[in-house]
Amino acid sequence: MYDPAGFWVSGISSGYRMSSRGNIIAVLVLSGVMLGLPLLLNNDYYLSVLIIIGLNTILALGLNLLMGYAGQISLGHAAFFGLGAYTSGILTTSYGVHPIPALVIALVFVGVVAIIVGVPSLRLRGYFLGMATLGFGVIVSILFKEMSFITQGPSGFRGIPELSAFGFVFDTDLKYYYLIWTCTIIILMISANIINSRIGRALRAIHTSEAAAGSLGVDIQAYKLAIFVLSALYASLAGSLYAHFIGFISPSSFGFHFSIVLVTMVVVGGMASIWGAIFGASVLTLLPEFLMVFEDYEIVVYGLILMLIMIFLPEGLTRGVIERIKGRLAR
Amino acid sequence: MMLSIQEASINFGGVHALRDVTFQVTEGSIKAIIGPNGAGKTTLFNVISGFYPPISGKIVMFDKEIQGLKPHQVAALGVNRTFQNIELFDNMTVVENVMVGRHGLSSAGLVKGIIGSAFRSPFVRREEKDIKERAMHYLDFVGLAPRAEENALALPLGHQRYLEIARALAAEPKLLLLDEPAAGLDERETEDLSRLIEEIRKLDITIMLVEHDMNLTMDISEEIVVLDYGEMIAEGTPREIQNNKKVIEAYLGEDIGD
Amino acid sequence: MTLFDRLLQFFIGGVTNGSIYAMVALGFTIVYHSTEIINFAQGEFVMLGALFMVSFSMIPGIPLVAAFVMAVAGVTIVGMLVNLLVIRPVRNPNHISLIIITIGASIFIRGIAMQSWAWGKGEYASPPFSGDTPILIGNAAITPQAIWIIGITLTVLILLHFFFENTITGKGMKACALNPRAASLMGIKVNRMVVITFALSGMLGAVAGIIITPTTTASYKMGVMLGLKGFCAAIIGGLGSIPGAILGGFVLGVLESMGAGLISSAYKDAIAFIALLVVLFVRPSGILGIGDIKRV
Repeated sequence: MYDPAGFWVSGISSGYRMSSRGNIIAVLVLSGVMLGLPLLLNNDYYLSVLIIIGLNTILALGLNLLMGYAGQISLGHAAFFGLGAYTSGILTTSYGVHPIPALVIALVFVGVVAIIVGVPSLRLRGYFLGMATLGFGVIVSILFKEMSFITQGPSGFRGIPELSAFGFVFDTDLKYYYLIWTCTIIILMISANIINSRIGRALRAIHTSEAAAGSLGVDIQAYKLAIFVLSALYASLAGSLYAHFIGFISPSSFGFHFSIVLVTMVVVGGMASIWGAIFGASVLTLLPEFLMVFEDYEIVVYGLILMLIMIFLPEGLTRGVIERIKGRLAR
Repeated sequence: MMLSIQEASINFGGVHALRDVTFQVTEGSIKAIIGPNGAGKTTLFNVISGFYPPISGKIVMFDKEIQGLKPHQVAALGVNRTFQNIELFDNMTVVENVMVGRHGLSSAGLVKGIIGSAFRSPFVRREEKDIKERAMHYLDFVGLAPRAEENALALPLGHQRYLEIARALAAEPKLLLLDEPAAGLDERETEDLSRLIEEIRKLDITIMLVEHDMNLTMDISEEIVVLDYGEMIAEGTPREIQNNKKVIEAYLGEDIGD
Repeated sequence: MTLFDRLLQFFIGGVTNGSIYAMVALGFTIVYHSTEIINFAQGEFVMLGALFMVSFSMIPGIPLVAAFVMAVAGVTIVGMLVNLLVIRPVRNPNHISLIIITIGASIFIRGIAMQSWAWGKGEYASPPFSGDTPILIGNAAITPQAIWIIGITLTVLILLHFFFENTITGKGMKACALNPRAASLMGIKVNRMVVITFALSGMLGAVAGIIITPTTTASYKMGVMLGLKGFCAAIIGGLGSIPGAILGGFVLGVLESMGAGLISSAYKDAIAFIALLVVLFVRPSGILGIGDIKRV
């Protein structure tokens, strides 16, 4: 019997993710909404906010897979985002490489960096893994600032050309909007597919009991590394798209602060819910817009959100709220 | 010879958890490891299944040295186990737990697996169907098929142990290590367990069993190894062990068999 | 200046900064030692100590020493609040949650400082404790403030050692760190000890912030890098080891100073984190650690 509330809720709360059917329907709904939104919000400002939400969603999805499913923490993810952005930016601007090949080169480069950093880091546990990723993130952001002969230094890198592919140039916000949200939805589907597969099961197994997972033949180090690299690739893709969209990038966008914002997105959305990634990304992108009135209260609110959620709703808002509604409905 | 433990020793910060343990396990047999608490029984299992390497000595399976291999490598050679403190995957359903057991039998590597899963290739979809079918088969074997879609922790303790066994069986082991499968079970459940172990044995799987329940142990084992403070103090048939003075002393008056 | 003179100068600078890192590292370590929690807000304790001192010392009629004591007391209270309001209520403490919560707390505290009417985004200088004529050691110069920094640090360390070894509370804390269950069975109130631990770490942070302010300026941002680097120092020396934190602090200070002086000062900040990665990848237990870090 078809029960909308039932399969949404049971899909999310049991086993941490939705059934395939639930996923397909959700994706269709989302696609429809995102397709139609520009007709309602035909305004460059709103479009660019939505674009940023899309990019942040890609970032949050990668981190969500890493933190929520593989159970690893990364406090330096902004570094991969920045590496993607700077690589695309530098290659297209200073060396005249076409945007799409540059994006692919960035992916390969970031993938290699992720492997180099991941192999020794993922052998560490808990805090120490977090600190290693933090250290990596800080070092990369210092390099962005100081290697000014390539990156043009702390004042930022300008003049990044628009994205173009096969003769088609993305020169309006509307075109970027559709491009980026297409990418976001594809990444969303890929992530959902991975989670519902043998690979996703192995990841969830690792998260709960490495001992049992290993004893059943799961190569734990290889899986942790694979998801770490995958999450870095998501970040690189987002970075490249970001660089072409904004046309100007600066080191301050890729530092420790942004790494924490990304972690907050995952925490707010719910660490074990990929749909939570959209929610978390949206909330944290829109927050500064709402708080514009209060200007710098932004960081007070971030801090407060982090603390309150971890204390009261550690499963994140999507799951936490839904569990509570479910609890009410059951009475 | 299925498994040969040769002078395996291991040391944890000065405590000799295992000291020159030596014995063999014949293919197709059921061998029990018993001993007072802290004797090193679970440590022995941990060494065999690759959680840590012994400081000295060898673990040889079918003429291949396996000490020092990582757990997933040992699993690939056909060794699977259950755990003393049940290690079920509580973020999955009953059947999904067993499906993880099929993991090692999939033919795709990691990268191919990720790409295939990401785009739901036909190969991956077929394999997934296959994995679920086989998993249901093993659930049926232990009698848990009706509860396949429930969360693993919804099961009572006895059934959770069966689930762990089904999961290990799904990996099609040649050697199955059962670590205190009867812990927390009442008499009737223990009898059911005994019958289940007999059924497993009929599948030509060699079984090693760590247990405290002496009735169960004496009933189903063919040979028993007794550990005390990491050393092997006796090896023999259940009858021999029951009459062994050293063993009785080690247990300090515990009833060994009726 | 000869190479030796330059090295000596860098060494002096390194020991001076190292003192600060040692105190911040110690703040991290004593909390980790008793609770296995990494308190990312430690850096903000330093910042608060500095800013409280700046404010209190500006009140007319209050001698510097009194302002010092009040500032330290203020941050001690903040430390206890962090424990009581932020850490205690957590229902399922696991590593990821605790990291995120203490990061949240540090962001929150920084935000409040930035918003406060007293401080805002300003940068505040404060006068050195006893003048600024450098004293010559050979051909290298050391400022009186640096001597204060090193001296006060050593005093604090000695007092702390005395506290842990010779007072009942101190010994109680050590017991809790080793085995909370046994300690509690012996009648030691573990929760109380944890609060005291946080109070102590607040104190350490505050002192560090106060004594460094005359050489750098105090602002709402000063805690971030100091906290992170202090943490690097704690890991380098061996997380969980009190002598390790101190050693790590001085080692990091000197490494940084030498690196900045001999190689390049642009990448100075990176040195701490590169050292951190080297330690984590090669010997995660740090210089003095016991190799207890669960390496997979």
